[in-house]
Amino acid sequence: MGTNLLFIPGNNPSMIQNAGILGADTVIFDLEDAVAGDQKDAARMLIKNALESMEYEGCETSVRINAMDTPHWESDIRTVAKAGIDGLVIPKAERGEDIKAISEILDSIPEAEGIYLIPLVESALGVENVYEIAASSKRIRGIFFGAEDYTADIGAVRTKGGEEIFWARGRIVNGAVAAGVEAIDTPFTDVEDIEGLRKDTFFAKALGFDGKASISPRHCGFIREIFYPQDEEIRYAIRVMDTVKEAEKSGKGVASMDGKMIDKPIVLRAMKVLRAAGIKEDFRYE
Amino acid sequence: MSKIRKSLRKAIIASGLKSGMTVSFHHHLRNGDFVMNMVMDEIADLGISNIRIAASSFFPIHGKLVRHIKTGTITAIDCNYMSGPLAEAVTNGMLKKPVMLRTHGGRPRAIMDGSLKIDVAFIASPSSDKMGNLNGVRGPSSCGSLGYAMPDAQMAGKVIAITDNLTAYPNGPISIDETKVDHVVVVDSIGDTSGIVSGTTQVTRDPVGHVIARHAADVIEASGLLKDGISFQTGAGGASLATAYHLREKMVSGGIKGSFGMGGITAFFVGMLEDGLFEKLIDVQCFDLDAVRSIRKNPNHIEVSASQYANPSAKSCAVESLDVVVLGATEIDTDFNVNVLTDSSGNIMGGSGGHSDTAQGAKLTIIVANLLRARLPIVVDRVTTKVTPGETVDVLVTERGMAVNPSRMDLMKSLKEKGLPVVDIVELKEMAEKMAGKPRKVSFTDRVIGFVEYRNGEIIDKVYQPAKE
Repeated sequence: MGTNLLFIPGNNPSMIQNAGILGADTVIFDLEDAVAGDQKDAARMLIKNALESMEYEGCETSVRINAMDTPHWESDIRTVAKAGIDGLVIPKAERGEDIKAISEILDSIPEAEGIYLIPLVESALGVENVYEIAASSKRIRGIFFGAEDYTADIGAVRTKGGEEIFWARGRIVNGAVAAGVEAIDTPFTDVEDIEGLRKDTFFAKALGFDGKASISPRHCGFIREIFYPQDEEIRYAIRVMDTVKEAEKSGKGVASMDGKMIDKPIVLRAMKVLRAAGIKEDFRYE
Repeated sequence: MSKIRKSLRKAIIASGLKSGMTVSFHHHLRNGDFVMNMVMDEIADLGISNIRIAASSFFPIHGKLVRHIKTGTITAIDCNYMSGPLAEAVTNGMLKKPVMLRTHGGRPRAIMDGSLKIDVAFIASPSSDKMGNLNGVRGPSSCGSLGYAMPDAQMAGKVIAITDNLTAYPNGPISIDETKVDHVVVVDSIGDTSGIVSGTTQVTRDPVGHVIARHAADVIEASGLLKDGISFQTGAGGASLATAYHLREKMVSGGIKGSFGMGGITAFFVGMLEDGLFEKLIDVQCFDLDAVRSIRKNPNHIEVSASQYANPSAKSCAVESLDVVVLGATEIDTDFNVNVLTDSSGNIMGGSGGHSDTAQGAKLTIIVANLLRARLPIVVDRVTTKVTPGETVDVLVTERGMAVNPSRMDLMKSLKEKGLPVVDIVELKEMAEKMAGKPRKVSFTDRVIGFVEYRNGEIIDKVYQPAKE
């Protein structure tokens, strides 16, 4: 899945054709909000044909299907699941049982064995039920927070500062981590404001998000750069792990580094950094 | 004493223009030019015919000249670039003689060596005094540099300056001086400002263009040319100008100061000059208002003639001092030959301009192009029309990889060492054909509608009339 997920309108052949080279870790071909009601079937077929004929070597592919309160969602799943996608984004996720239903449909399609799910939580009820949603299926890779629909649902004013979504963001991260899955932050919707994007992305990372979605290819590089651990972070994490392993080998109960005790949260943070940097770490903290 | 003539008609009569002669125009007023149409209407009205019209470029606004071809007023065309209805008419075989398509450097070469003899040069001048001291930087129709008009002014039999801004004598600054001008005509307007220069040329927002541009900037860095004193030229838009954007970022982070930028000058290059990233700009034409403002005020923004810019027969010319040029292409073949003249259906829609001049002159020539434009692969077996020879092209950069000319093994090694996505050009072609299918071959008649003259005077290709479907 990676750290940056880019929305690609499902009815735009030019963007679909070039999706693999735009710098995203995962592209989300959008059959929901980007496509008008009377174009859903055409967009579905376009995505299917693209997935079957194009090679998207540079990224993973996923599809945002239509919501379960529309007549399109099941056709979306049954069409694209056989076309070689890596994941499905499920919009308006509010209950674990809905995700289970989708999971069961995928279980019935042999080609869909490896397909992962990313529930998009974008309502008050969804945020309330985030842990239940995140723990509802083994296929779930991460929880994706959608702030635009969420703030409309709760009647808040959406701002760049994000104070109105602070609590929800925290709840999403908490629920995702508790269920052992990743947390993906909402896109920053001002395409031109790169400074604003940076601030928002740094904040999301600090809150514990593992990545961020975007609606513009211009944002992908910045998001990846911020989420990818800095050299210092990686070096520190390696030192932590080396120190802990050394302490374990020499039978010491407690490891310390730079005069400070290395306890479990520090180790877990170090392991997360190394995972994000793509460095394999088999250590288990007992 | 005054060289002002009471009307354009009187000036034309005074110049001695007769049927069968050659007239010339520059293209600094681009798609806002009123002068060419105005002059040819008057020439037609005088009953003068069989005229060869030698303009540095033609734009859609010059479509009105088609009726002068139909009536026989114009029977030959000589230019470096053409687009719009006039180009369509030529493609459809309306002109009796094949059009002569030159380069921005080849045209002054031909003018100077006499192979393009101009009888009367009509110079649209944003600013002129009564004796014919001209500049392009003052007046309501300011266009900036008058570089393409200078060889004409120097060598034409007679020179008529047409202005909508008569100044007191002496005018200043002086781009073309009075010693070269025979007559001055004052008209209400020489052009539509919105068509002369754009407000500001913008760096593209197309994400694919930026992918290409980032790679192109990486190529420049890997080549070893990105260091203090670098000089470069890019096109005025698309991935070409976006390359300047990414190169600028590398220059800023590396603390690198360039010697000069050249072109076709845009606001972006002006910004680099004003930010201290270039010492100088060498300007043969201005593309936007910022460039016009800058050339007017900044002594480090230097106006040059087309001859100084790219004439291969001059003692030297500026393209020979260029480190890097970044250019576009409508087609490129597996021998790296480039077409910028015809589209894939064989229709004339452009021309070399300075493409083949800068490609030959620069130390590093980079072609930037989408591998696929809509459904059309850009890399082909053979270009429809060869304009820039493959031996002058070093790298093709697309969004799906870059191909290095096999004659540049040194460059290939450097790019591979830097981990850049180098692939064989044939592989790029096959990649495109796998996505879009193999393009259908276009058929042509045997009728030659144009000659493609390389900058040294050699005819390197012919343009054939596309067969009707």
